[in-house]
Amino acid sequence: MERALSILYFVVLLNATLAGASDSSKPDGHGSDSSGGHNSHDSGHGEGHSPDGLQIVSFKWHHVEAPYIIAVWILVASLAKIVFHMSHKVTNVVPESALLIFLGLLLGGVVWGADHSASFTLTPTIFFFYLLPPIVLDAGYFMPNRLFFGNLGTILMYAVIGTVWNAALTGLSLYGVFLTGIMGPLQAGLLDFLLFGSLIAAVDPVAVLAVFEEVHVNDVLFIIVFGESLLNDAVTVVLYNVFDSFVAIGGENVTGVDCVKGIVSFFVVSIGGTLIGIIFALLLSFVTRFTKHVRIIEPGFVFIISYLSYLTSEMLSLSAILAITFAGVCCQKYVNANINEQSVTTVRYTMKMLASGSETIVFMFLGISAVDPNIWTWNTAFILLTLVFISVYRVIGVVIQTWLLNRYRMVQLEIIDQVVMSYGGLRGAVAFALVALLDPEKVKERNLFVSTTIIVVYFTVIFQGLTIKPLVSWLKVKRSEHRDPLLNEKLHGRAFDHILSAIEDISGQIGHNYMRDKWAKFERRFLSKLLMRRSAQKSRDQILNVFHELNIKDAISYVAEGERRGSLAFIRSASTDQLVNVDFSTQRPSIVDASVSALLRGNPSSVCLDMQAIEEKRKSVRDKEDTLSHHVLQQYLYKPRHQTRHKYSRHAITPNTEDNKQEKEIFRRTMKKRLESFKSTKLGVNYSKKSIKNYKKDCMPRKVNPEYSDIEEAHEHEVAHQDIGISFIASATRQALAETYNGIDNPTFISDENVMVRPAIPPWLSNEDTVVPSQRARVQIPWSPNNFRRLTPLRLSTRSVDSFQMADGPVPEHPRMTLPEGTHL
Amino acid sequence: MGASHSGPDTRELRELSEKTGFSVDQIENLNRRFQQLSKNKETLRREDFDKVTDLDVNPIRAQIIEAFFDKRNYSGMQTGPVEEINFEQFLTVMSHFRPLKARMTEEQIASLRKEKLQFLFNMYDIDADGKISLEDYRHLVEDLLSRNPHLGKESASVTSIADAAMLEAVTIIKGQMEPHQVYEGMTFEDFVKIWEGIDIETKMHVRFLNVETPHFCK
Repeated sequence: MERALSILYFVVLLNATLAGASDSSKPDGHGSDSSGGHNSHDSGHGEGHSPDGLQIVSFKWHHVEAPYIIAVWILVASLAKIVFHMSHKVTNVVPESALLIFLGLLLGGVVWGADHSASFTLTPTIFFFYLLPPIVLDAGYFMPNRLFFGNLGTILMYAVIGTVWNAALTGLSLYGVFLTGIMGPLQAGLLDFLLFGSLIAAVDPVAVLAVFEEVHVNDVLFIIVFGESLLNDAVTVVLYNVFDSFVAIGGENVTGVDCVKGIVSFFVVSIGGTLIGIIFALLLSFVTRFTKHVRIIEPGFVFIISYLSYLTSEMLSLSAILAITFAGVCCQKYVNANINEQSVTTVRYTMKMLASGSETIVFMFLGISAVDPNIWTWNTAFILLTLVFISVYRVIGVVIQTWLLNRYRMVQLEIIDQVVMSYGGLRGAVAFALVALLDPEKVKERNLFVSTTIIVVYFTVIFQGLTIKPLVSWLKVKRSEHRDPLLNEKLHGRAFDHILSAIEDISGQIGHNYMRDKWAKFERRFLSKLLMRRSAQKSRDQILNVFHELNIKDAISYVAEGERRGSLAFIRSASTDQLVNVDFSTQRPSIVDASVSALLRGNPSSVCLDMQAIEEKRKSVRDKEDTLSHHVLQQYLYKPRHQTRHKYSRHAITPNTEDNKQEKEIFRRTMKKRLESFKSTKLGVNYSKKSIKNYKKDCMPRKVNPEYSDIEEAHEHEVAHQDIGISFIASATRQALAETYNGIDNPTFISDENVMVRPAIPPWLSNEDTVVPSQRARVQIPWSPNNFRRLTPLRLSTRSVDSFQMADGPVPEHPRMTLPEGTHL
Repeated sequence: MGASHSGPDTRELRELSEKTGFSVDQIENLNRRFQQLSKNKETLRREDFDKVTDLDVNPIRAQIIEAFFDKRNYSGMQTGPVEEINFEQFLTVMSHFRPLKARMTEEQIASLRKEKLQFLFNMYDIDADGKISLEDYRHLVEDLLSRNPHLGKESASVTSIADAAMLEAVTIIKGQMEPHQVYEGMTFEDFVKIWEGIDIETKMHVRFLNVETPHFCK
C-alpha cells in the first residue's frame, strides 16, 4: 500500500513525471538527502563545499536542477493558460492547443538561443508513462457510457477498419510516389513507408479532445470521433510493432507466418488490453467498497489502480490506452457509488486537473521539441504528399465506411457529419512520440519521418483546429447543448427503455434494447451486489440520484440567493408585526388568494387556526425573539472559537469533530428552516391540486368543481370566489369535524408530521407549523428565485435519500426550534 | 393450423404495408409472432401476453400491454379499452416504433414525432381524460421504481419524486406558477413541450429485423 501511495504521490505531482527526463543524464540519488539544509557530506555532486567548514547557506543548483526546471516549465505552461484566458477574443478563435504550440515554439527558441541545445523535448517515455495516462483515464472515467456503447459498432468500424485503411493506403501511396522519383533518393523501402503510414494514420485522442471540447458538436458525432481516437490505439500499436519488427528483420525475411502473427496479435493486443482494463476496474470497484475508514486516501485508489492497469498492459505489450480507457469506463459507476461525495468531487477535480495539465504540457512540449535543427530534414514532396494523402484517404475512408454503416444504423450519419468526421481527424502527440521512438539505426530516414510528423501534427492541430469551429457553424452542425438534467427526462428515459425492451419482447426481436435490458438485470443481480457498498446499492437508483442532485443544487442556490441578500435577511425579515398580521389576514378568506387559502383551510390545521392558537403564538413571540437572537448569536459566536482550535492532521481533513458537529448542526438548522419555507411556498401547486381531487371525491358539490377550475385557468377573480371560499370552508369544517380527512395523502406532509409531532408539542401546534408558514412565506419572500422547482419534496420525507434531513432527527430541541424559526419565515 | 390462419395474402400485405409503413417482410415476421402469441387465433387477448416471459420483470408491463388494447392508439378517434385485438391493430400499435426513414422531410419527421409522442402520452394518461394528472404520474413513477427492492412501493421518496417531476414539468410548461394557480394535469401540448429536448423520433424505435422469433418464447 505504501508503495502504491508513493507511486501516487509520484503521479500526482507532475514534477516527478518529468524528472525522468533529465535524471538519466544525472546519476544521483536526489531523494536521499532531501532534508537539505544541514547535510555537510553530500554524496556526489553537490556544491563543492569544503568538508571541514560548516556552511550556513549554500547554493546547490545542481541538487535541485531537474525537478526545479520541470516545476518551472509546468508553472510557465499554467501561467500561459491564465494569459490565454484573459481575453476570450483570442481563445474563441484560436484553440488553446494551437496557442500552446506557439508558446512552445517561442520558449524553445529562447532556450535554443540561450544554450544551443534542445535539452527539453517530448520523449516517448515521459509521454507514454506520465502524460498520456491521465488524459486517457480522464476520458474513460467521464465517458458517457450509454452513448459510447450505443455507438460501439460504429466506433469500432472507424477505429479498426478506418485506421488500417489510412495506414495502408498512405504508406503504399507514398511508396508509389517514391518509386516515381519525385522525392529524390531516400533510404527507405516499402516497409519503412508502411511503418510511417501506420504511425501517422491514427487519429489522436489528445488532439481530438482538445479541439472538440471547444467545438461542442452533438453527442453522437463527438463520441464517434473521440471513441475512434481512443480505440484505434490498439490498431496503431499493433501496426507499429509489426512493421517495426518487419523493418528490423528486413523486408525479404518477412514470411506469411509473420503476417498471420500480426493479425493474431491485433486481437490479442486489443482484447487483452480491454480485459486488463476490466479486471482492474473490477478490482478498483471492489477495493473502494472498503475504503470507508480511509476517506482521505480514497481518491488515490482510483488513480493508482487505473494507472496500474495502464502499466500492466504496457508490461504485457497489450494496448495500454485501451486498458486504462476501459478501466475508467467500467469502474465509474461503482466507484462513484462507493466513495463518499467529497471523494467523488476530489476525484473529479484531480482527474480534470491532471488531464488538463498533461494536455497543456504535451502541446507546449510539442512546440518546444520542434526547435531543434538536428531533427529537421526537409523534403517538400514527401511532406506535402503526406499531408495530401492523409487528408484525402481520411475523407474517402469516412465516406465509404459511413455508407456501409448507414445501412445498419438507425440514426443516419449525414453528409455534414461526415465532413466533420473527416475534418476532425487530428494527429497529435501519440504520432510524435511513436516516431520519436524509432531507432535511427534501423530506420534510416527517421529524421524525415520526425519532421513530417511534426508538420502533420502542426497542420492538423493548428490549421484544422483553427478552422473547424467556423466550419462547424457554417455547416450548421447540430450542436450539443449543455443543460441541467431534468427529472422528467430521466423518468421518461427510464420508462422509455422499458417500453422499448417490452416491444422487442412482444415482437420477438433480440435487439439492442433487449440486450441492454438483460445486461442491466445481470448487472443489478450480481455485479452491483459484489462491487457496491450495501448502503450504496440502496440509494443508487439513477432517478433518485438525479432527484437528489437537483435538490442539492436548488438548496445551494437558494442559500446563495439568501446570502446575496445578506445572510441575516432570512431571520430579520420576520418581524413580529408582520407575523401577527399574516396570521390574522389568513383567517379571512382572502380575495386574491382564494383558492389556496381556501384549500389550506381544508387541512386539519384549519380547524386549529382558532384564537387559541393565535394567542399562543403571540405569547410565545417574546420567547421566539429570544431564541432567535440566541440562535443568531450562536451562529456568529461559533466561528471565532473554532479558529483558535486549529489542529493539524494528515489523516483527516476535519479533525475537530466536535466543532464540525456544531457547524453541521447550524447548517442543518438553517437549511431546514429555509427549505421548509420553500416547500410550502412551492408545494402550493401540487398540494392544492391534490386537495381538489379529494374535494371532488368527498364532499364538493359536483357542479362547483368545473366552475372552479375554469376560474383558475381563466384568472377570473369574480363573484364566484366568494362562493367557493365559503364552500371550501364548509367542506373543510365538515371534514375536520368528522375527523375523516384524507386530504393529506401527500406523504410529504405526513412525514413532516412524523418528524415534528413530539409528545411535548400538541398536535395542533405542529400542524400549524406545517401550514401557516407556507402562507407567510408566500407573503414575505416575494423574491424567492424562480428556478427552484424541485425543492418541494426534499425537505420532509425522513425516508428520502436526503442527508441533512436524515441527520435532523436527533437534535433534541428540534421541535422547539422549528416552530419559531419556521413561523418567522 | 388452418390455412386461413397462415397469414394475410399478398394484397392484404401490401395494404397493411401502406397503412403501417412496415415492409412486407417485417409484416410477415410480425404476423408469425402474432400467430404464435395468439395460438393461431384471429385475435390476441391480454392473457396471451403472459406468454412473453421476458415481460414479467418489466415494471411498467401493465401499461405497455394496455397500450395494445387502447382504442386511442388505433387510427380512429375512439377511446376506451378493447378486449381483443386483431393483427392489423397489433401492427398499428407496433408501427409507432418504426424507425425513421432515410430521407424524410421536416414535416414528415414532425408528424412522426407527434405520433410517437401521442402514443406515449396515451400510455401515461391512464384514465384517458386527455390529461396526465399527478395521479397518473405517481402511478408511473411508482411502477418505475418498484423494481428497486430497497424502496417500498409506497415510500415517501417515490411519491415525492413524482411530485417534484410534476412540479418541474409545470415550471417548464407554465413558467413560474402563481401560488393560487392550480394545475389540472398535463395536456398533450404540454407533454410535447416537455419532450422538446429529446429527439424522440430518433430514439423511439425498435429494429424489426427479419429474425426468426420463437426461441425465447416459452
